[in-house]
Amino acid sequence: MIRDQKLWTWHILAGAVILVLLGLHMLTMHMEGVVKLEGLNPASAANEAQGGGKLQPIDWANVKARSAKVFYLVTYILLLGAALFHGLYGATNVVHEANPPRWLHKTVSALAVVVGLGLFAFGTWAAIAAFLLAKAL
Amino acid sequence: MSEMSKVTYRIRRYDPNRDTAPHYETYTIDYTPGLTVLEGLWLIKETLAPDLVWRASCRMGVCGSCGMLINGMARLACNTQISDLGTDQLVLAPLPNFNIIRDLVPDLMPMLSTHQDLHPYVVRDDVAEQEEPTGEYYQSIHDLEQYLQFSYCIKCGCCMAACPTVATDPTYAGPMPLGQVQRYNTDTRDGGFEVRKEAIAGERGPWRCHYAGECSRVCPKGVDPAKAIQLLKRQMVLDVFGLRAKKCPSKLVGKPKDAKRRNGIPEAPKPTV
Repeated sequence: MIRDQKLWTWHILAGAVILVLLGLHMLTMHMEGVVKLEGLNPASAANEAQGGGKLQPIDWANVKARSAKVFYLVTYILLLGAALFHGLYGATNVVHEANPPRWLHKTVSALAVVVGLGLFAFGTWAAIAAFLLAKAL
Repeated sequence: MSEMSKVTYRIRRYDPNRDTAPHYETYTIDYTPGLTVLEGLWLIKETLAPDLVWRASCRMGVCGSCGMLINGMARLACNTQISDLGTDQLVLAPLPNFNIIRDLVPDLMPMLSTHQDLHPYVVRDDVAEQEEPTGEYYQSIHDLEQYLQFSYCIKCGCCMAACPTVATDPTYAGPMPLGQVQRYNTDTRDGGFEVRKEAIAGERGPWRCHYAGECSRVCPKGVDPAKAIQLLKRQMVLDVFGLRAKKCPSKLVGKPKDAKRRNGIPEAPKPTV
């Protein structure tokens, strides 16, 4: 089936997307003292400009400021989709390569689709809800 | 190793008509410098075990018949000097990942059937020209170099025996057939990418390869099937996005009209295929 060719290609691309977005996560959450990109943690710069102390990326002001940005909303959803697809497709392949009976093969594939779509829907809702809440605050 | 006078073969024996399970038998023969593993087997058959069975033909690493597991590595028995093994204790078994017909004879048919399914030949529309050639298909030296090493494959099955994915996943086509898919896909005379894509795009396809690289390590002809599979993966990814460089099968070049045959050079024989 050509389907395997397409799914595998998307699996590889999802890996590349994860790599980029995890790099962004590292820059935002763990390397703010090394690579100073003010846009990544918007509240930090504002707080320092007002004479406040140094804020951490996990401080509420930064979490709220990030959640209110469309850029982060998009990257959250993109990372969620890429991670779910990459992980679940990889996991089903591990099971398939163990050569299970056909019924188990199909059950695992169907389960991965249902679980993946369910988690994606829930995660997307959570990201959008956080975005709307942060905007309202 | 120069003092070696005897060599011991520990050979896995199995006759389905007689044995319930494979077992090992040990034979000791005189060593002479230059003795290959295959020649040692002949000596054992002539003097110690006339019922010992293996498969061999050309005795010079060309036919690919005598692939077997020699001291834990898939090799050609004819191509392996005992002195190169660094020991006088040899352990021989049939190639792993194949069913065993008898003693050292693996059943290569599943591999060859898969190979046949993947259209391992030049696929073109001009069937009449291929049946009755009127010229030659153009191919430059550079074009040839793109697939030349993959065409050295002799289908001995050593790569299949060494592949950990073949060992665990019976749906995977394996390095030999997939290497040959890449060999023909890269051939500029060929236009069969789409038909081969249909044949490999399922569970047997190149994405099952985990790139252990053992196939390339054991290949007795120096072919790099692991590289072929990675190149094939790249082709398949580019194909999904329509970015694969489309190649038209190369054009037919007619016979030269003004060329004169040199004295003493005979006419080429008529095509037989």
